Amino acid sequence: MPNKIIAVLEQREGKLKRFAFEAVTVAVKLADELKLEKEAVVVGNEIENINEIGNYGLSRITHLKSDKLADYSSTGYAEVIANYINEADADFLLLANTALGKDLAPFLAVKTDAGLIVDAVNLDTSTGELIATRPVYAGKALIDVKFKTPKKVLTIRPNIFKAVPLNGVTPEVIVKEVNPSNLKSRVTAFKKSEGKLDVAEADIIVSGGRGMKGPENFHLVEKLAEALGAAVGASRAVVDAGWRPHREQVGQTGKTVSPSLYIACGISGAIQHLAGMSSAKYIVAINKDKEAPIFNIADYGIVGDVFEIIPALTEEIKKIKS
Amino acid sequence: MNIAVCVSHVPDTAAKIKISSDNKSIDRSGVTYIINPYDEFAVEEALKWKENAGGDSKVIVFSVGDEANKETIKKALAMGVDEGVLIKAENSLDSAGIAEALTGELKPNNFDVILCGKQSVDFDDSAVPQMVAELLGYSCVSVVVDLKFEGNKIIAEREIEGGREVVELEMPAVIGAQKGLNEPRYASLKGIMAAKKKTITEKPAAGYENRTEIVKMKKPPEKQPGRILGTDAFAAAELVRLLREEAKVI
Repeated sequence: MPNKIIAVLEQREGKLKRFAFEAVTVAVKLADELKLEKEAVVVGNEIENINEIGNYGLSRITHLKSDKLADYSSTGYAEVIANYINEADADFLLLANTALGKDLAPFLAVKTDAGLIVDAVNLDTSTGELIATRPVYAGKALIDVKFKTPKKVLTIRPNIFKAVPLNGVTPEVIVKEVNPSNLKSRVTAFKKSEGKLDVAEADIIVSGGRGMKGPENFHLVEKLAEALGAAVGASRAVVDAGWRPHREQVGQTGKTVSPSLYIACGISGAIQHLAGMSSAKYIVAINKDKEAPIFNIADYGIVGDVFEIIPALTEEIKKIKS
Repeated sequence: MNIAVCVSHVPDTAAKIKISSDNKSIDRSGVTYIINPYDEFAVEEALKWKENAGGDSKVIVFSVGDEANKETIKKALAMGVDEGVLIKAENSLDSAGIAEALTGELKPNNFDVILCGKQSVDFDDSAVPQMVAELLGYSCVSVVVDLKFEGNKIIAEREIEGGREVVELEMPAVIGAQKGLNEPRYASLKGIMAAKKKTITEKPAAGYENRTEIVKMKKPPEKQPGRILGTDAFAAAELVRLLREEAKVI
């Protein structure tokens, strides 16, 4: 039986990321259901909002501190975390399935001889054993999967398990100076992309497809996204045509997303696209073709001209936001 | 330079997925299989590295699976890879099992660089490149959209939320390719003919073990089609009202 779960939290530029708190919430819940001890660990140099984990019910966090690890290094992070896990005698690690979590989890799984389950969207402990549900084939199917190993590494899909504030506690923060020996791979710079929000992180996404007719018309999508505080997404067709950058692509060879709201503009809904976004909580489709497959999964649809409807929608949004 | 590229054999992204009667895997009948799309970027990058390095550089392609994987290996050979190795194993391996099966064959070759797709579009774990690197003691960077080679160092750009990380890493290394890294070449007729003469060595997989177990595979709950609110701009106000009052998402 597992005895201790550790949430491995992500910081960037000295701040715990939003999804770190989702990991804390899930770790607290699993600890409760599986009768485990619980704590968190974070790697970095200075971290300003570390105490906030107390708002989500976790009372102990170890900060593995080194100025060499202010930015991500897969080798360095994996080394110091694996050392700490051994010392803390933990057998269950939980991470958010972000770019960093996805990268780090497999290293930790090999280093600790653990099984790895990634991208969980549901966790069931009702049988006393953890069964994780996760999408495969970009969401065309789901699997229920369990660990065969005593040691476990689990990542959870962002935006699925909401961070739940509990009665606040002031966490005990243990700062441990570490000195990584393996920096064979390390981040030396970050190039911020022009777009304001990334589809992988956004709670609302406004996507455009071939129905937008050309790259010059995407300002309409951008304006609607801006009014909503949303990220701009794109279908594979428009990315392959060079209208939009690949980082915006939603679907099987792009990003699989689970926002609260997904607005598809001029997207017909090819199977690869639907696979990547059908787990959005609410889907809106705007398309001229009433037979477009996107309407089969949309909660709300408008059958009409994107060039007329998107600006009208942007105006309506601005009205309620002002 | 000694270069390896690892490829997986996956259902076409346009394929509909049906669950097999064992309720633990997909029904493969009638499904077209292709080389994993991200692996095409890895193959292209491997061939570019070979061309740049010149001399007696060689690229070997590895794939874990059954006879059917030879199709995908042949695709890589037709693009210009020199040799193929099929590591024979059942189709139900998890990432740990695949990484171990691969490592068994990769290790004795002492490759300078191992290229893979950042993930396979079947189980989407995004874990095999990192696991192979850790098992071999190589450095690793994945989701790579730009790659340069400077001295004994690799400078890679990897896609993360909101931008790109510039990553410096030492050789030997495992690289996970992301779409956008390059434009994969088409196999020419000459390439396809030449591929027929290239060797595919078959090896039984050894020293591997799954660390997870699929209890059940199922279709996601079907979404019911919702409401069509209208056909013109007047529907916009109603949509905003519903998103605010009914869905409560704005």
